Order: sequence, then structure tokens, then C-alpha cells
Amino acid sequence: MVRDGIADPWGARTPYGPGTPWPVRVDSHLAEGVAEEDVDSWVRAAAVLHSNGDGMDLAVKDGRIVGVRGRADDHVNRGRLDPKDLFGWQANHSPDRLTAPLIRRDGRLVESTWDEAMALIVKRSKELLDSSGPGSIGFYTSGQLFAEEYYTLSAIAHGAIGTNHLDGNTRLCTATAAAALKESFGCDGQPACYDDIDHADVIALFGHNAAETQVVLWDRILDRLAGPNPPALLCVDPRETPVAKAATLHLAPLPGTNVALMNGVLHELIANDRIDHDYVDNHTVGYDDFARLVADYPPERAAEVCDVPADQIRAAARIVGQAERLLCTVLQGFYQSHQATAAAVQVNNLVLLRGMLGRPGAGVLQMNGQPTAENTRECGADGDLTGFRNWANDDHVAELAGLWNLDVTQIPHFAPPTHLMQMLRYAENGTLGMLWVSATNPAVSLPELRRVRSILSQERLFLVVQDAFPTETTELADVVLPAAIWGEKTGVSTNADRTVHLNEKAVEPPGQARPDLDIWLEYARRMDFRDRDDQPFPPWNDAESAFEAWKRASAGRPCDYSGLSYAKLREVSGVRWPCNEDHPDGADRLYADGKFFAKPDYCESYGRDLVTGAPTEPVEYRATNPDGKAMLKAAQYVELHEKPDRDHPFMLITGRTVYHFHTRTKTGRAPQLRDAAPEPWLEMSAHDAERIGAAEGDLVEVRTARGAVRVALRVSAVRDGVVFLPFHYGYWDTDDPNHDRAANELTPTDWDPVSKQPIFKTTAAAVERVKAGEGPAPAPTTAASAPAATGIPAADTGPADAPPPTPTAPAVPETHGGPAARVEEHDATTVPGGRR
Amino acid sequence: MKIGLAIRELHRSEKSLARALLKAADRHHVEHEIHYVAKDLAAWSADHIRDLAVAGRRYGVKVGEEMPRSSGLLEPLRTAFSVLTGRQAVPGVLLLADLRQLHRMAAGVSLDWELLAQGAQAVKDSELVELTRRCHPETLRQLKWTNAMLKTLSPQVLAS
Ligand code: SF4
Repeated sequence: MVRDGIADPWGARTPYGPGTPWPVRVDSHLAEGVAEEDVDSWVRAAAVLHSNGDGMDLAVKDGRIVGVRGRADDHVNRGRLDPKDLFGWQANHSPDRLTAPLIRRDGRLVESTWDEAMALIVKRSKELLDSSGPGSIGFYTSGQLFAEEYYTLSAIAHGAIGTNHLDGNTRLCTATAAAALKESFGCDGQPACYDDIDHADVIALFGHNAAETQVVLWDRILDRLAGPNPPALLCVDPRETPVAKAATLHLAPLPGTNVALMNGVLHELIANDRIDHDYVDNHTVGYDDFARLVADYPPERAAEVCDVPADQIRAAARIVGQAERLLCTVLQGFYQSHQATAAAVQVNNLVLLRGMLGRPGAGVLQMNGQPTAENTRECGADGDLTGFRNWANDDHVAELAGLWNLDVTQIPHFAPPTHLMQMLRYAENGTLGMLWVSATNPAVSLPELRRVRSILSQERLFLVVQDAFPTETTELADVVLPAAIWGEKTGVSTNADRTVHLNEKAVEPPGQARPDLDIWLEYARRMDFRDRDDQPFPPWNDAESAFEAWKRASAGRPCDYSGLSYAKLREVSGVRWPCNEDHPDGADRLYADGKFFAKPDYCESYGRDLVTGAPTEPVEYRATNPDGKAMLKAAQYVELHEKPDRDHPFMLITGRTVYHFHTRTKTGRAPQLRDAAPEPWLEMSAHDAERIGAAEGDLVEVRTARGAVRVALRVSAVRDGVVFLPFHYGYWDTDDPNHDRAANELTPTDWDPVSKQPIFKTTAAAVERVKAGEGPAPAPTTAASAPAATGIPAADTGPADAPPPTPTAPAVPETHGGPAARVEEHDATTVPGGRR
Repeated sequence: MKIGLAIRELHRSEKSLARALLKAADRHHVEHEIHYVAKDLAAWSADHIRDLAVAGRRYGVKVGEEMPRSSGLLEPLRTAFSVLTGRQAVPGVLLLADLRQLHRMAAGVSLDWELLAQGAQAVKDSELVELTRRCHPETLRQLKWTNAMLKTLSPQVLAS
């Protein structure tokens, strides 16, 4: 079968029933003019443009990547590929790759040698260490590198330099997943796995537009829906996403009210005694306080806060309350919103109260946003201590110091690790003198961009940026280092369900670009970092030796990699950690026995106050949870920090869309993806559009207290009072110097005090029509941005002051990719090259 | 009976804590977590003030139920000052001093709740006992927050 990979991101259905294996469907795409038999070799990899971790092979011909194909033997995708993976690899060949280091001279970035660039970084590091100590140096890394690289960076930052200032851009997408897991289970680690979709009778998606953020996972759910005995689907999302359309019940609460909603649902569960009392009694602590708190949230009260009918809240509680195998998933609709952790924790509470954990079809998936976010977390490159160790437990710190053969005082543990937003504040007040950014683009992805730009462009801040492409952030750097990317280096990546994949080097990086791992190791050598025996630190020197070192650091911890090796990962396409003597082939689910990683001496975190974010003291944790059970915790609803008012009557939410990832550094350089959604847009309901006198395609200005952007209007099925802006778009592909395109010009600097994840989804905004557009908005018709079903007004071509146009038939052409987006689908028997 | 006195005293100390939190929120406008959380926590004190005023009536205590939601006339000035000095390291010391002050005030409020709880039990006023049971833990959380922020932010201020 052949499909247009842009027009149909999800492909053909392969229906299946509960408890049966998900059928194979192998997707492949080769560059035009390349045939199957032209391919020199197929090289093993996993998807890196979302968190799903789909196993795939890269087709290589004459030293270039020429296409991709899904792996039939991979339990994550059974051959399927997301459109971003089918086409995104082309960015590797983009003519504007960074191929040589750049140094700022007289205000301009000019080409330099590696030697010059590294010498400059080393000189600045040493000056700062001498004058102001380790707290003057910070690192901001990514969710898109490999475990070996994160582990090396943690060793250098926390160990060799001894700074507390290390974080990943996982702060923007998955910090709340980790925080929520720590609050409930005492430790990070995904409880369920994707296979649970095969067994569930109810799947509840909370703020998780899986259809766009994890295309292949959504395929799996669609295949269950198309098969016998399909699961019921519950969706919580203010937009009418493909998930909402397929759902048995769709709740569209006002943004920022998730805690009130969840408190209402759990109130109902308790009121109707839909509780697994045995499970709660044997495996949890905190039930009484918990029950007292949610008792204050009868559905009527929640309904008023959320602007959702009370009956819908009752219906939602009925669906999850009657489930026999309940799978819950959570993503950015909760994580990037007000009271992020408290809301996400309520989902954990839901599965705990119902005893839905650790068996097929029952569990919770606190999702990740980025492909290797899991590695950032477990290796400690998001600030957490390596191997889910507890910074507040002196024994854990001593253990790490032993592993690294460093003095224990070398590893900062006097306070929680510094999160990105705080690091930025230290750069703002001048106490952070050097910031080293790798594989991420804060000048587009952080909130309140005007502030971010002004901080990063300060003369007194030495900014090093390591990336594969010129970005809005490299523009502000003092030194730019060209990095090799996926396909050009080797390393492991771990997806949102703990599946570890090996990514092999398929081709050479362009020009002088080098793997991030090599860059950091060279920095360490030039800094002459030494361990207690005066040996060079870190002692490893390439990807495989770094992996072996990481295995040792993970041994005995929940994220145990000790049973894995590159050799094993070359045999098996994807293994779920923990993989050790007890679980030689990995483990599908955590907590199968109702036992948690929460014992006071073992846990990763003693938890935090769900409203103030204050860390719990060790003694207090010991007293309340001596046996290491799961913890039921809840918080009251706290008023929004920014509420719509007369001047800013709309609630603005921002988010991801199906064809793009992050700030489009790669997807904007793949022609099919670029053209599928070339420019940003604003989604607004038909009712609200009429209120402001605007129609499909009109140019509108969105204004908040921080700034304004101008984009075309898409009249969609988003709920009234809420407008949506995709956050991928920056400025590298525009000539426009006005800074009026990126969604983050509008967002406030505010974060969840528990997970420190910035809030992107509760901004009060005004929207005004500027002038008529030249046609419909450039928004895809395939996903949540689809035009509203009825009475969509056609683009108005009249003058700006003309009366509002009268609604006519839709004039929005359907999104498609054409011949260049041709994707082949094979069943198990026709996989190219035979079955692997 | 001195219960009225205890209520009046607690009402006063909650009120100054709430004011101090709102002031700190403005003075440290550029420290975003301080700014937002201090305001959220001032709202807890505002709730306590209202409930204490209602409870006080039974003991002939007349105190106001209302709590201003801003730090007063100087709010814009405080905010502007914070933004103006936002590029300097010096206000860090001021922040530590303010957190220290807040911590001591919250400790005082906590003690006052303790006293009121003892008194309420002695006179068997179960409604008042319930009030202390509900509010005092929130004061303790305010106390822990100031302590935690001091712990988290002081190393950078002191070492730089
Ligand atoms: S698009 Fe941004 S927020 Fe979403 S997962 Fe990617 S990096 Fe995270």
C-alpha cells in the first residue's frame, strides 16, 4: 500500500482485539529516484523527533542518508513511522549545517578553528572558577542527545567543576512527569509501558494530544478502536484534537483548572466508593488527608471553576471508576499549565485508588516530550543526581563520589539542583558568568522572549552554543560549536516507556562538526580535570566506554542498565530497563508487586509541598512513609496567576503540532514537513471569531502584557474563550526583524513551584483583526487545527474596515504532501529485505 | 476568658504576615518564584484573617474580615525598583533579609495558632479547634517555604 505521509499521518488501520499482539505494518520512505536495491546499507536507529522512540533503520547510499524504514521487530512501533521521522532526516543534509566553529569578534561571528574556540572556552572557564567559583558556570542541555553524552556532561558539571547549575530543556516538557512520579512513588521511572494499550478497557488521556505528539502510539490506540471490544476513551483537552474526536467522552476545561477538575473526579470516585480498599490499605499512605481534601470538591464546585458541566465530571468518574484495566496518560496540557505537578499527581492517585498498577492494561504513563528526555533525567543532566540518586541523601552523594573517585565535597548537594529558569535569573543578575547551551534553542522555546534575548545577549555573559544548525540562540553566542547529530554518531536513547535503543553512526558529520560527547571530553582534557588519584576525569574516551561507565553508575538503581551492552542492543530492537540479573530481558512494568522505590534510604526524592514547592525534610519523610509505600497527595486549587480580564479577554494556550518539533531546527528543513505547516497561525472558535469580526485567513494580532504577534486566523473547534498558537516558529527562516512571530513573545515568566516547569498554557491575551488575509490560514487541516466543521467563513478579501464577512462554504484546501511524501506500507510478509 | 485576646493577637500577626508577603512579592518582582508564591501564600493568610474575624464575633472581638490584595500604594514603586535593580547582584542580600524576616513572622504566627488551639481545647470550643486544625498546617507550610527558599537561594548570593 502507498499513502501520502503528509495527508495521512496515521496510515492504514491494522485492527486488533484486547490481549492479542499489535499487527506489524512497516512504513518506509526513500528519496526520489532511489530504489530499494540501490541502498548500500541499513543502519539501526530510533526516532528522535518526539518521545515515542520508534525503532527504525536509516538507508545509506554513497555515504548519505537516503531514506528510512520502520523496524518490524520493535515492540514500540512494529514498523510504523511518524511523518517527522519519514521526512525529518533530510535536515541532516541541509546546506546551512554548521560546519566550523565560530567566535564573536567585534560583535560579529566569524569562523575559527577548533583549537581557538576551545582555548577560548577553557580560558574563560578558568578565569571564572578562579574569580567566582563553580557557581558562576552553568550548563543548559537538551532532550535530544544520547545517554553517553548526558552522563559525561553530568560528570563534568556536578563532578569535575562542581557546579549546581545544570539543567536540560526537558525542564520545558517533562520535568513535571518526573516530579509527579517522585511525589507519588518516591522515584522517577515510568510505571506502565505502551503494550498496556493492547490490554486496557479504558484509556484516559489527560492533556495528551497523542495523535500529534506521538503519532505511532495513536496508531496503536486507533487500531484497538477499530478492532473487537475496543476500549472506552476519555479525553481532557480544551481543543477538539483528533483524540477528542475519537473519545467516548471529551471534557474541555478552561486552561489552568486541571487540579479543580481532577479533584472533582476523585471526589466522585470516593463518594461512589469506586476504591480498591485492599490496594490502598496495603500499598499507600496518606489516604485520610487525601480524602479530606477532595471532599471539598463536589462536581458542582469543580464544574464552576473549569466551566465544564458537572454531569460530564460525573460521567468521567464513572468511566474511570468502572474500568477493569485502566490506562492513564498525561502530557503537556497538564505539564505546561498552572499547578502542573499537583494535577499530574492526581492522575497517579487515580490509578493508585483504583489499584490499577503493574498489570497488563493497568497503569499510568507520565509521558515525555522529547526523544531522550528519559536519559537526561536518569543520567542527571537535568540537575537530578545521576542514577535517580537523592541529592538530599548524603549516602547517595557519597556513593556517586566513590563511583567518580572524587571528593564528596566536590559534588554540590547543599540545595536542590538549580533549574533552568533560576539559572537564567542568575545570568540576569550577573552572578552566572558563563552559560554553555547544547542542542537546544532557548531564544525561541523559553517564555517571555524579549527578556530571554536581553539576558543572553549581555556583554558580561559568556555564551557558548553547541548545535548542528544556526539558530536564534547561536546568533547571540560568543562561541558557536558545530555538532554532529543523530545518524552521524553512536549512542543509546531511551523513550517514554523505558525502551532503550542503540543508534548507530550511519554517515560522517559534515565539515568539522563533532559529536557532543567528543566536544565535552576534549573540554575535560583541556581543563585537565583530575580524580582523587590524579587520573584524567572523566576516564572514558568514546561512546562505548561512556556507556559502560554509565552502566556501572546505574547498577542497583531503578534505572538499571547493567544487563545491557551495545552487542545486546544490536541483537534486540529495544529493551526496557531495568535490565540486570533479575530482569535479563528487561521489565515491561514497574511496581507489579505493589512495591515501590520509595524506601527512605533508597528513594530519589523526599518530595515537595504541592503548592509552595518547598522540599520535604528527610526526617519528615521517614516519619510519614517509613516503609516506602506509594503516597497519596493532593492540593487545593490555587487561583490563576494571570486571569482574562476586559483588556485581555482570551486565554491563550500554546503547543506542538503534528508536522513540527521543538523550534523547527530540523523539521523546518525537511521540505515535506516545512510545507505542511509553513507559517504559524492562531486557532479561535467560530463564535469568538465572529465576536472580534474576523474570518478564516484574516491577519490578527495577539497581544499580552509581554508582547504581540501577528498571524493568520484559523477558525477551528477550539473551545470558546480559548485561543491556540503553535510554539515552533521563530525567526531563522524569516527576513522580518520585528519579533512578531514566536508564541513565546507572549508567555509570562512563571513556573510550577514543584517541578519548575514553565507555564505555557495560561496567558491572558487580546486578539484583534488587522486586515483581510490572502486565503485560508497556513494551518494543517489534518489535525487539531482542522477548520471548524460548519459554517466556516471564507477568507475575506475586502478592506480592513469592511463589515464582518458572511459565513460561506469552507474554502480551505486539504493538507497534502504530493509525490514527494510517498510512503510505502508493508505487512509482515512484504517487508522490504525480508523479515528481520 | 482570654480567648478573645488570643484571637485578636493572631488576627494581627496574620495580617502583618500577609502584608509582608505581599510586600516581598513586589520588592522581588524579578525573582519570579518569590513573586508568585508569596502572593499565593498571602491568600492563605487572607483566608485565615477572614475566618478569625468570624470566629472572634463569638468572643466579642470586632476585627476586620478584609485583607488588601496588594501591598498598598507603594506597590508600583516597589515593583519598579525591583525591575530597575534586576541586573544587579546586590538585591540578593536584601532578598535573604526579607526571607529571614518572613520566616520569623511565620514562626510567630505559628506559635499564636498553637496558643489558640490550646485555649480552644480548654474551653471545648470545637468549632474553634477545627479552625486551628485547618489553618495552622498552612502556616507551617508558609514557614517551610521561607526556610526552603533561603536554603535554595543563599548559596549563590553568598558565594558570588
Ligand atoms: S516541542 Fe518543546 S515542549 Fe514540546 S516536547 Fe518538544 S521541546 Fe518539549
